[in-house]
Amino acid sequence: MTALTPAFIPGPLAKSSALVVSLLAPTGRFSLRAHAAVLPALSRAIGVDLPSRIGARASAGTIEVLCLSPDEWQILVAETDALRLSKGCASIYAEAPHSLTEISDREITVRIEGPKAADLLTLGCPRDIGRLGEGEGCRTLMDGATVVLWRDGKDSFRLDIWRSFAPHVVALLETGCAELAAE
Amino acid sequence: MLLVHCPYCEETLPELEFTYAGEAHIARPADPSAMSDDEWRDYLFIRSNVRGPHFERWRHLHGCGRFFNAVRDTVTDRFLTTYRAGEPRPDLSSLKEAAE
Repeated sequence: MTALTPAFIPGPLAKSSALVVSLLAPTGRFSLRAHAAVLPALSRAIGVDLPSRIGARASAGTIEVLCLSPDEWQILVAETDALRLSKGCASIYAEAPHSLTEISDREITVRIEGPKAADLLTLGCPRDIGRLGEGEGCRTLMDGATVVLWRDGKDSFRLDIWRSFAPHVVALLETGCAELAAE
Repeated sequence: MLLVHCPYCEETLPELEFTYAGEAHIARPADPSAMSDDEWRDYLFIRSNVRGPHFERWRHLHGCGRFFNAVRDTVTDRFLTTYRAGEPRPDLSSLKEAAE
């Protein structure tokens, strides 16, 4: 079997009058699993109040947190602050047991912007995009691959896609970008 | 497409995000070695296969990742309710009344 390794060079992937799809630069990513009882201690160590409602987000400085599950959070952080974050959590591990796993290299992030951004997502995502509020996020499906969808504004989304699924999902986004412009 | 209410996300979401995980409320016996072969076979393989309201497990795989329980009518495919894992079986007669 031949596996081609995509280059994943940050920059525009597809552009049309309807929308722009671009690949964002690499960033630090962490998966945090913890019990509700240790949330206050972890929030202090990370410097962000961890949201407890699924889909809710919080941010401070370069850190962005999305609650994915009652005990699971996705944390994005600038690469320069990643070490500080993991050390801060490690220092309170004895009092606040948790699992903080670095997953920076697991995913790539694609930004989708433009008046038809939500329409593009409906090509592969079974959710009702309109019900995802601005400033919220969720884990969902995109053309069969599990992705994390962040809604930053009415017409601005980010999609975290696992590396191995990215060529497949990005191909759909590129096709959709051209198709939506042709309407 | 079915719409399934996830009791953890508290949202009604498309079926594609979920996976089916068999009949619910089947507790593993505390002491398997004390059981006869027939009892162990029944625990492992024998399911009720009801026609009508069925207690079953689902998992919100492409979402919060949680297992939860549901009551689905196997004739109409209608979900009567969903509830969190570990909660007791809901009362079937009141569910049926609510659905009608």
